[in-house]
Amino acid sequence: MRKSLITFAVSALALAAAGSTAPAAEKLKIGFVYVGPVGDFGWSYQHDVARQALVKALGDRAETTYLENVNEGPDAERATEQLARAGNKLVFTTSFGFMDSTVKVAKKYPNVMFEHATGFKRAPNLSTYSGRFYEGRYIQGVIAARMSKKGVLGYIGSFPIPEVVSGINATMLGARSVNPDIKVKIIWVNTWFDPGKEADAAKALADQGADVLMQHTDSAAAMQIAAQRGIFAFGQDSDMIKFGPKAQLTAIVNNWAPYYEKRANEVLDGKWKSEDVWGGLKSEMVMMAPYTNMPDDVKALAQKTEGAIKDGSLHPFRCPIVDQDGKTVECKGSTHLDDGQILSMNFYVKGVDDKLPGK
Amino acid sequence: MLEAITLAVIAASTPLLLAAAGELVVERSGVLNLGVEGMMIVGAACGFAAAYFTDSTLVGALAGVLAGALLALVFALLTLGLAVNQVATGLALTILGIGLSGLIGAGFVGTRITPAPQLAIPLLTGLPVIGRILFGQDAFVYASIALVAGIWRFLYRSRAGLVLRAIGDNPGSAHALGYPVLRVRSLAVLFGGACAGLAGAYMSLAYTPFFVPGMTAGRGWIALALVVFASWRPLRLVAGAYLFGAVSILQLHAQGLGLGIPSQVMTSLPYLATIVVLVLISRARGAAGSAAPASLGTAFVPDR
Repeated sequence: MRKSLITFAVSALALAAAGSTAPAAEKLKIGFVYVGPVGDFGWSYQHDVARQALVKALGDRAETTYLENVNEGPDAERATEQLARAGNKLVFTTSFGFMDSTVKVAKKYPNVMFEHATGFKRAPNLSTYSGRFYEGRYIQGVIAARMSKKGVLGYIGSFPIPEVVSGINATMLGARSVNPDIKVKIIWVNTWFDPGKEADAAKALADQGADVLMQHTDSAAAMQIAAQRGIFAFGQDSDMIKFGPKAQLTAIVNNWAPYYEKRANEVLDGKWKSEDVWGGLKSEMVMMAPYTNMPDDVKALAQKTEGAIKDGSLHPFRCPIVDQDGKTVECKGSTHLDDGQILSMNFYVKGVDDKLPGK
Repeated sequence: MLEAITLAVIAASTPLLLAAAGELVVERSGVLNLGVEGMMIVGAACGFAAAYFTDSTLVGALAGVLAGALLALVFALLTLGLAVNQVATGLALTILGIGLSGLIGAGFVGTRITPAPQLAIPLLTGLPVIGRILFGQDAFVYASIALVAGIWRFLYRSRAGLVLRAIGDNPGSAHALGYPVLRVRSLAVLFGGACAGLAGAYMSLAYTPFFVPGMTAGRGWIALALVVFASWRPLRLVAGAYLFGAVSILQLHAQGLGLGIPSQVMTSLPYLATIVVLVLISRARGAAGSAAPASLGTAFVPDR
């Protein structure tokens, strides 16, 4: 109720703004739908950073409109449709929960190109795109195992969905490649965003002996706790070095700008095609923040790992993968797990001494 | 470990206690303000902004108090001045607060401030186990305890408190006896807003010293539930707030230790406890029972 009212007000304002400018010829209008506020300093913030880069790169050839705080559900459909009706020829909907509403609107507006982040439903005028964040997690695992003095990592999970589980597994595989005895403590906070709770979880992990923290939640709270306790942590979604200048080892940075720019140019050139893009370190959709607060040999190892993932010589889920019960997982992608297996991952790999919720 | 857990519990309980203590006074005067979450988040945004410019936790806290009270003033004007429906106004206040805080705080996302300082007394703070728990907290924690003690004394040991409780139970009779019903209620509402604002300032100045929209994440609603949980009695409020804090911290520790209890069950424990307590209170009589104000949530329009 609260969100829908805000959304309504925001969409009305945004549309008033969008409608008041006279449509210049040749100018490509691009719309964005965000699930959170652009000020979340995380997921939506990174999408908006990319939008601003797009505006800079295309100059007066494009014009953008964004709607923030859009609730997943009926509001999303209304917001997306309004953008389409306002003359936007390319619309990015940037949350998994916008999937069905984007599909519906795409059907109604066949001449508008849609791009949906992290979803799996496509149409001739609807593409999907996402980042291979697990590649960054693998590097973090390697670094964490080298930097942890006690051999205990702390992991703050949001919800036990495949994306988060594959992140934990990639971390563990990376960590065990350096130290097979490494342990990970996992705490689920059952929320994407609650700074207080994330801080509490970080404190609990630190109190229980974890000396490198990683998170799959959205705020910088865990980074602050790590800085306070004099231990290490990794940033999430964006570079959080400001919150832990002496604590952040690196961060996974969602870098959507090159993709947005490429797709906008394709629309301008009339070459846009419906695709499914799952970009990783190689295409720079996923980037690592500078490697900081670590000795040179660890930094070199991290850079080497990053290079190997980029050139394809190392796949984080290279076979054989053994699950926590000791069973070898079927290898559908010849030398590594295939994308389908990664996208539906619901088991822990060997070495994770925890029970997956719901299993 | 015990020390660490206790410290975390105190930190998690303090914002709940601050906000709930204010709301308890509001409700004892017969007014139901559901806008706690909104006043808290505005307090968090204004508190952070003030601390950012002045580099002072005290100024930040005062700004939070003032912001919460200002928002409460809007509520008072509508519900007491114009006798508008309290439930609807409270909900609207929350929506307004969340939007307003996003606007105020937009420029401060990603900026840093100096966290609230913690008390450090030579020797005492260094005592094992109890040292940091008793003598190493930030000012908000001591303020929250002093606040509840003050509220208890006010409600049960002062004439003004007796008047406030009488107004909460029967504003008509209190009015007939010549007590200024609307003035007392207004002051109570302002006090409640100030406390909620302080709770919000604690979030952005001490608990997690940064500001992001929506950072109170529903704590205002928990504070409202706590007032009912405490059956409108201040001392039970302390127990309730610390119980909520303790359960939420202990479930995190239980997960880290790998006890194998589903986290969802653990997360729901405080709410299960609330239901159990409500059942117990409804069966209890006399001093052990509920002190619910008889006229809670109903508007009072004096006949002239």
